[in-house]
Amino acid sequence: MQTFAALIDGLIYTRSRDLKIRLIADYLRITPDPDRGWALAALAGTLNIATVKSAAIRAMAEERFDPMLFRMSRDYVGDTAETVALMWPDKSGGDVAPTVSEVIDLLNSTSRARAPVVLAELMDRLDANGRYALLKLATGGMRVGISARLAKTAFGQAFGVSVDDVEEVWHALRPPYAELFAWGEGRTERPDPADSAFFRPFMLAHPLEDGSVHLDEFVAEWKWDGIRIQIASTGGETRLFSRGGDEVTGSFPEIAAAFNAIGVVDGELLVRGDVQGGEAASFNALQQRLGRKNVTAAMQAEYPVFVRLYDILFDGVEDVRSQPWTARRDRLERFTANLDPVRFDVSAVIDARDFDHLAEIRAAAREAAIEGVMLKRRDSSYLAGRKVGLWYKWKREPLVADCVMMYAQRGSGKRSSYYSDYTFGCWTEDGNLLPVGKAYSGFSDEELKWLDRFVRNNTVARFGPVREVEKSLVLEVAFDAVHESKRHKSGVAMRFPRISRLRRDKPAEEADTISALRAMFD
Amino acid sequence: MWIDPSRPAARALVTHGHADHARSGHGAVWATPETLAIMALRYGTEMGTPVPYGEGFEHGGVKISFHPAGHVLGSAQILLEHAGERVVVTGDYKRRFDPTCTPFEPVACDVLITEATFGLPVFTHPPIEDEIAKLLAARAANVDGCIVVGAYALGKAQRVIAELRRAGYDAPIYIHGAMQKMCDLYAAHNVPLGELIMATGLAKSELKGAIVIAPPSALNDRWAQRLPEPITAMASGWMRVRQRARQRNVELPLVISDHADWTELTDTLLELRPSETWITHGRTDALGRWCELHQLKARALDLVGREDEDEG
Repeated sequence: MQTFAALIDGLIYTRSRDLKIRLIADYLRITPDPDRGWALAALAGTLNIATVKSAAIRAMAEERFDPMLFRMSRDYVGDTAETVALMWPDKSGGDVAPTVSEVIDLLNSTSRARAPVVLAELMDRLDANGRYALLKLATGGMRVGISARLAKTAFGQAFGVSVDDVEEVWHALRPPYAELFAWGEGRTERPDPADSAFFRPFMLAHPLEDGSVHLDEFVAEWKWDGIRIQIASTGGETRLFSRGGDEVTGSFPEIAAAFNAIGVVDGELLVRGDVQGGEAASFNALQQRLGRKNVTAAMQAEYPVFVRLYDILFDGVEDVRSQPWTARRDRLERFTANLDPVRFDVSAVIDARDFDHLAEIRAAAREAAIEGVMLKRRDSSYLAGRKVGLWYKWKREPLVADCVMMYAQRGSGKRSSYYSDYTFGCWTEDGNLLPVGKAYSGFSDEELKWLDRFVRNNTVARFGPVREVEKSLVLEVAFDAVHESKRHKSGVAMRFPRISRLRRDKPAEEADTISALRAMFD
Repeated sequence: MWIDPSRPAARALVTHGHADHARSGHGAVWATPETLAIMALRYGTEMGTPVPYGEGFEHGGVKISFHPAGHVLGSAQILLEHAGERVVVTGDYKRRFDPTCTPFEPVACDVLITEATFGLPVFTHPPIEDEIAKLLAARAANVDGCIVVGAYALGKAQRVIAELRRAGYDAPIYIHGAMQKMCDLYAAHNVPLGELIMATGLAKSELKGAIVIAPPSALNDRWAQRLPEPITAMASGWMRVRQRARQRNVELPLVISDHADWTELTDTLLELRPSETWITHGRTDALGRWCELHQLKARALDLVGREDEDEG
């Protein structure tokens, strides 16, 4: 556990990506199985200890510490696990620190009710850094600035294998990845999971910044505002995966049931709306279906889902990813013809004469479910990740509104101690401000410092960690869409709100009204 | 008569030489001889009445005396006695061993006005030997580059140097130009710091494998770009919290503080058991809550112009 804790701290304090990779790679080479496999899972975000949730850690803290002192400390540190690790009395004296796999085994073999006791006993055997690493490991949220991709890259570097080879089999394997290490060390062949339905990494797009492309080389499709989904089926087994490779089959059982083919396809999951002749409804409708483990028949009937297919990765058992987009598109159309049209269709290609014509079509598109346009090179293979020059996304222009800052809260992670989370409002007809959204991003570090000082100097009331501020600062807020919402008093909810500008020049009375926001409804 | 006034005052008692306590421009100043020497160094020829530790004088019927606070060279607590009542102002203090200054002496009192810079239960400063060992290990692992340690020019810098010497490190230590006079002043007050060399103006090759001490403001400055592959370290109690270190781009956090940590603050209150405690400088709310839980009468004393996070 001490080596793992040292790795975590090293990653936290190291800025250079190459050095981070080297730290992880060194750890993976010298650490024995299965410790290194659990550590790799923790870094890649695939470790899930069912008996420990962050609520258990809060409960453990509240049992031992005065709740007020704990809250003040948590508020200052900005991270629950770190707060508990630092406040915990040091008893580690002569004890032998537990190994990573001992921790995992103990926590996996206990019950949820007993887990806090087991965790506390482990805490007593560790120093402050060890306790921090333990809590991060147990809850699965490392937050050390490492993406899954970086962890896999480090694995590749540790053993001299390509990261794409790691990606290809990664989702078919489970922690602690003994087969992966055996292959990495050259003791066995690469694991071959052909007989199971598993996730393959998505091909992703770069934003089309100011440039344009030639439509002889690129094809244009609509970019739909649902959730990107991959369907993999071996015939015997069908599974659905979200963008990050998480399995979401249970949330959309009707899709898995309707997919009566063998292969792997890529598409957008959407809810069929009753507007626009049964076209796709807004993302707001889809939200009703997200994050639910069990879906009732009523839910399925009220928010019927379907998948609009973009691409095909495996046609039957044949891997077609190296073929050009044009050939895959032919296969996709033939493949989809055999599927239930209620549940599956193919995302249409936009018929545009040239790029200017495409821009006109894009500007005129008003459907709620359209997020923008995708541009794909006609000769592009289906490649994992974001490759330069092959796929572009060209989003619709964001909407903006001038809102007034109402409340602020300290951020977490690298922004802890700064007031970086802002709730803002718009005016009602009778001159009151009602909150319409919350934003955490869009400003520079310099602007953050200024905003932090504004909050501290203009606080009018405190509610626990929340500060109410003088209603004097206008924030220009950009957002992708705005919808009716029953959950908010103002009756509106924004999608992807972010601060686009500080309008220090503008008096608060001149900020937008809620009815102005309503006028922007799709 | 004011204690550590933040604006020029006719009569000032000064606890120690840090700029937020010792300002220039007062009429008459009373402070320890070491603090007066530090003020003279910083502000030119400043007049003042030296009051050695344990000694005092009377003013307007109040007996005033100075007692060691263990914070930096010359730092003092101030005891005010009047009609049998005793008030102690701790100024900044710590209870741990420090080779560069006289250790803290507990002074019995009725009212204690205590600092609370690190007044949150997350702040436990580890033994300084561990932190110095971390610094020496990083140096040994990075012989082609150097380690630049951010440390306040008064107190922290000299303590880090003296602790390196105590750990047996006898190579020359390189310092930023802004620190030289203060280091000389410490040496003149019988705090041996070994061989110190000005880092400014040296070629990169001369600084390979060196430990360089610089004020924190120099770490992200152009000055640091002339160092050979520097690892940025910072000696401060705030380094206990990971994100504080990251926000300052620190790669090697050293939890070394000249302030009392949470345990020292609360142990001192239990030891002195004043009938009333006033809390100032820092996390007044948390230490106040702790007093409430331990049935000690306490209140926060808010000072003008100080936000939660003063430098420490």
